[in-house]
Amino acid sequence: MKTDMTDGNDTVILEIKNLTKHFPIYRGFLRRIVGNVQAVNNVSFSVKSGETLGIVGESGCGKTTLARVILRAYEATSGEVLYRQNGEMINIFSLKGQELKKLRRDMQIIFQDPFSSLNPRKTVMEIIAEPLRIHGISRGQELKLRVGELLELVGLNVKHMNRYPNAFSGGQRQRIGIARALALRPKLVICDEPVSALDVSVQAQVINLLEDLQNELGLTYLFIAHDLSVVEHISDRIVVMYLGSIVEMVPAQELYKNPKHPYTEALLSAVPSIDPNTHKTRIILPGEIPNPSDPPPGCKFHTRCRYAREICSKETPKWRDMGNDHYVACHLADQLTLQGITNNL
Amino acid sequence: MIDYKRRSEHIKKLYEQQNALDESIAHQMMSSEKIAFATSQWRMMWRKFIRNRIAVIGGIVILLFYLTALLANFVAPYTLKQRMTAYSLLSPQRIYFFAEGRFQPFVYGLKGSRDPKTLMRIYVPDPEKRIPIRFFIQGEPYKLMGLFPASTRLFGVEEGIVSLLGTDGQGRDMFSRIIIGSQISLTIGLVGVALSLIIGAFLGVSSGYFGGWVDNLIQRVIEIVRSFPPIPLWMALTAAIPPHWPPLRVYFTITIILSLIGWTWLARQLRGKVLALREEDFIMAARLAGASDGWIIFRHLIPATLSHIIVISTLAMPAMILAESALSFLGLGLRPPLTSWGVLLKQAQNIQVLLLYPWLMIPGFFVAISILAFNFLGDGLRDAADPYTV
Repeated sequence: MKTDMTDGNDTVILEIKNLTKHFPIYRGFLRRIVGNVQAVNNVSFSVKSGETLGIVGESGCGKTTLARVILRAYEATSGEVLYRQNGEMINIFSLKGQELKKLRRDMQIIFQDPFSSLNPRKTVMEIIAEPLRIHGISRGQELKLRVGELLELVGLNVKHMNRYPNAFSGGQRQRIGIARALALRPKLVICDEPVSALDVSVQAQVINLLEDLQNELGLTYLFIAHDLSVVEHISDRIVVMYLGSIVEMVPAQELYKNPKHPYTEALLSAVPSIDPNTHKTRIILPGEIPNPSDPPPGCKFHTRCRYAREICSKETPKWRDMGNDHYVACHLADQLTLQGITNNL
Repeated sequence: MIDYKRRSEHIKKLYEQQNALDESIAHQMMSSEKIAFATSQWRMMWRKFIRNRIAVIGGIVILLFYLTALLANFVAPYTLKQRMTAYSLLSPQRIYFFAEGRFQPFVYGLKGSRDPKTLMRIYVPDPEKRIPIRFFIQGEPYKLMGLFPASTRLFGVEEGIVSLLGTDGQGRDMFSRIIIGSQISLTIGLVGVALSLIIGAFLGVSSGYFGGWVDNLIQRVIEIVRSFPPIPLWMALTAAIPPHWPPLRVYFTITIILSLIGWTWLARQLRGKVLALREEDFIMAARLAGASDGWIIFRHLIPATLSHIIVISTLAMPAMILAESALSFLGLGLRPPLTSWGVLLKQAQNIQVLLLYPWLMIPGFFVAISILAFNFLGDGLRDAADPYTV
């Protein structure tokens, strides 16, 4: 098994296999199940140690659910998630009690909303110290020192340790959230849209901080965003999701130059450009995102795809290797020439 | 390719300038602002609370009531059972504070006689006989707080009688009885609220936190308990208390009965709070850091709902006091020789009392005042409980 996962120097740290998460819809007094919201559908991919894997897709496409299933905040419907611990791939869905608690040290999350993610009744010290206390790692003066180190690491003033979150701005709160996520010295950090609630100027600061931390601490990121320009900047590889499924997986550079899925093309056309000389055609997707409890047959994107043919509504497209580590799920991947972003400055 | 690096370099520089500016502003207003940044929830609550004058008055009244109840035997000039048969059904006496230009409280001595037509006892003050009221006088022995033997009383007289609120048919001093009766009336509320708080908090928080069938079950039980009409339910439950039980056991049984019905309100409110809190990211963060259910409940959920628990229990106190009074008034609750405000009010059940001896209804005023005070305090606390809003 181990040999399978190792590919040259790139050690796979996390592997997701056919992961599916459905939320049942209950109705009536007896709470009968009348349907399923198919939040994540048969998703497979792997993350290499030290890389940043970006996950993009519009709101409601299952990115956050995917993150939370990986972290075991929700139980998966089917599939497995393998995580490398002490050189061995272990299925995290089989872990219980203390083993699970131990795994939590390795995998942490940075939340989207810097307001909801910090308890307004606790001081910064208490917030950052909480994971350390839960795991009984340090206490007393030593705990204070470690919290101080973490605050310094994320660029906050140690003197502000006894303040409450309401005294901080959105960007500073996000730094506190990052410090808390790093308290247990995790190997894998899932960033669930860490900058989408921030001003553009602060976004840049936080992204730079995340990059510095990655270099310093050798972190692996699973970086979720709905904004390609943010993801492109930080990611090595990018996974594009639509309605609970992966439609394209590609190295970041390649995605820009050479998108292979019509949905990716539409997303790229929405990226703002600071060069007034480039004139792009903005692709407006018709219609709404379909109801995830009743997804369309065949290719899920065919209802909104401007290239759709008959086959698209009948057959589910297969996962195709386009070379150069580029994978896509589209029937027409060979035939279409899609518009990327070729020239910027 | 977007040159994000270059863009962010520029923004970074701009931001550093901004930060430097922020720092210098922060330095200028450090002294006052710094305090506000490090203010805890409790201090914010307290600040908001003391601005609400009526609530503060309510709080002071309640404090006084409980202090008096604690020192009841010291404050009361007579014991519960001390009978002064010569002065039965005496109306509240007038107290004079100044004698010959200096402070010397006294009452006039009384001459008793009977109305020739109605045969009602009437008392006429005798202006010749001044009875001075002495402070820290030696009276009947008692045990302070049920522990320390003592016989000093706050005030009293050496001869005759001092009766601030009149006497009852057996010549017992109403003031003393009300003060001593408050011990039961006010603590039955405390004990009852504490018990229903434990039941309500436990069931409410688990209902909201665990959800699913646990939630369903608890909510249906609440609906069943709530759909019983309270008075017939009390009657049924108290009828089940054996009449030969000692008074103290009856007292505790009644408390338990009251709290077994009273917890539903609290449980519902806490469930709602917890349902909202459960979805907050900081709860998720704690869980993903490996926190157990117990950790999350005791470190996050209970502290976050504590202010509400305090408010709800303050507002639940009047209901308990009223319930005790109502039960005892109806003869279903406490019975003599136990003395509570409800038991005292039982004497005021007929029209004769209303017309001829209205002072026997004074315990009712004490019930009303304590309930008002609790309500004002509870309202003030509720307004102060969420300092983050407004």
